Amino acid sequence: MSVDIATVKRVAHLARIAVTEEEAASFQGEINAILGFVEQLNEVDVDGVEPLTSVVAQTMKKRADVVTDGYYADRVVANAPVSDDDFFVVPKVVE
Amino acid sequence: MSSTDLTSLTIAEIRDGLSAKAFSATELTQAYLSAMEAARSLNAYVHETPDQALAMAAASDERLAKGEGRALEGVPLGIKDLFATEGVHTQAASHILDNFKPRYESTVTANLWNDGAVMLGKLNMDEFAMGSSNETSYYGPVVNPWRREGSNAQLVPGGSSGGSAAAVAARLCAGATATDTGGSIRQPAAFTGTVGIKPTYGRCSRWGTVAFASSLDQAGPIARTVRDAAILLKSMASVDDKDTTSVDLPVGNYEGAVGQSVKGLRIGIPREYRLDGMSEEIEALWQQGIAWLKDAGAEIVDISLPHTKYALPAYYIVAPAEASSNLARYDGVRYGLRVPGEDIASLYENTRSAGFGREVKRRILIGTYVLSAGYYDAYYVRAQKIRTLIKRDFDLAFAAGVDAVLTPATPSAAFGLAEMATASPVEMYLNDIFTVTVNMAGLPGLAVPAGLDKAKLPLGLQLIGRPFEEETLFRLGQVVEDAAGRFSPAKWW
Repeated sequence: MSVDIATVKRVAHLARIAVTEEEAASFQGEINAILGFVEQLNEVDVDGVEPLTSVVAQTMKKRADVVTDGYYADRVVANAPVSDDDFFVVPKVVE
Repeated sequence: MSSTDLTSLTIAEIRDGLSAKAFSATELTQAYLSAMEAARSLNAYVHETPDQALAMAAASDERLAKGEGRALEGVPLGIKDLFATEGVHTQAASHILDNFKPRYESTVTANLWNDGAVMLGKLNMDEFAMGSSNETSYYGPVVNPWRREGSNAQLVPGGSSGGSAAAVAARLCAGATATDTGGSIRQPAAFTGTVGIKPTYGRCSRWGTVAFASSLDQAGPIARTVRDAAILLKSMASVDDKDTTSVDLPVGNYEGAVGQSVKGLRIGIPREYRLDGMSEEIEALWQQGIAWLKDAGAEIVDISLPHTKYALPAYYIVAPAEASSNLARYDGVRYGLRVPGEDIASLYENTRSAGFGREVKRRILIGTYVLSAGYYDAYYVRAQKIRTLIKRDFDLAFAAGVDAVLTPATPSAAFGLAEMATASPVEMYLNDIFTVTVNMAGLPGLAVPAGLDKAKLPLGLQLIGRPFEEETLFRLGQVVEDAAGRFSPAKWW
């Protein structure tokens, strides 16, 4: 399988990464080289094989459903590039 | 003791020297801070923390005076920039995390500080741990302290833990934390003549470590000796309720395993690791390793791991897929870089375009593509099925009585800076061909220096163990170290 320029741009938009025409073209070549490399996986017979979901057989640990942390909004927003009164600030999203 | 003498001590020797009061933790830390200052041309550290280091060392000296020294009391360490350190530069060597100073400490580093270790600073790495040469760092490449005989050409230290490996080899820290998603501890360890272990998946908590590919990422140490790696892993590893994949098993007595006999251990030699066109030097190194283990009483058996060749292509689907999901959090809103846009979508797109480097962007795009509608089954699900088969290969070998597997660590010695600049991404990925299977199967893997190549550059062997049997690897690793000796670069910087 290989990707065309339009697909590269569509994927870049899905990933929210702005790309120029030039970048899209060079990514296209590299992505196709990698897709060519992984093509060999089609040789493998995977009928009846379960996809691996965990390398270690163990049941998911669960903790008691209680509040153990929080109440420090100031620390949560401390690294925000723009914040106001313990809120993250973003461009207007609702008209 | 002179400053050079102090920085040449192993962690085991530091422990003895501090308790015998041969020197103080402050003197030791000072010696390292001076060595770091003189070695800035290697670019191993992205952020030095001298004030914090000296304060921690002073606290260690107080404890030692009272006879209350802990396992790593006063031992100066470098920390890979991937580990969250409270109030201190933590950027995964990426532009997108500009000025990020976490308000919390990663479990691994918290464990080290609780055992008395001293933080010297944050170490350079490939951006978000994506790379095999440390050339994708926003802070520029790390220079390997090793050079080819008779040459001044700068070499890469390997990656992604290139800063960790270079700093340990150049004696800019007594040991370092590192992480390994596809070989990022073992490949740079092999390129710098240092010892690195990626423990079993789940042995070290991932909490507070910047995520790359969550089902593969594991923290581990890089050190100068097998014993030092054992000492560090003991402190780094823990059971942690904050990481659901942290396994509920007690941490082993790793240092106690160092020096134990390997008599009767069965060592598998996988025929699939003998690659077409593999250099004679690597083949000879492997044979030498086999001979050493045999001489020490281990039994050598040929084994087959038939799905080996599919590990690397499957990895380059699974890892980017998980990365594309993990790195979605960098949006210019909550932390790090923000590049304005006319609306929220363009703010995201502009920020991520400016903040991520090329290698990271490419992996996000691949990951987004293989997870997108219509391709998920063909790529991601198929790769995860192949991962099951790769793990099964190892399971069958272990079930047949194999205790550990011996392979080369890398297909070559360190290469030159920018030498791979024109190579395709796939060529660069081949660096991880011997290491990536271990992450895919979640197993522990130890890289130990085993010799020098024709150009007098270090080469390493890799030992792969059963899950949670790191002790076996330390036993075997010590045999290799005893036979091969230790390797350190001549100082030129």
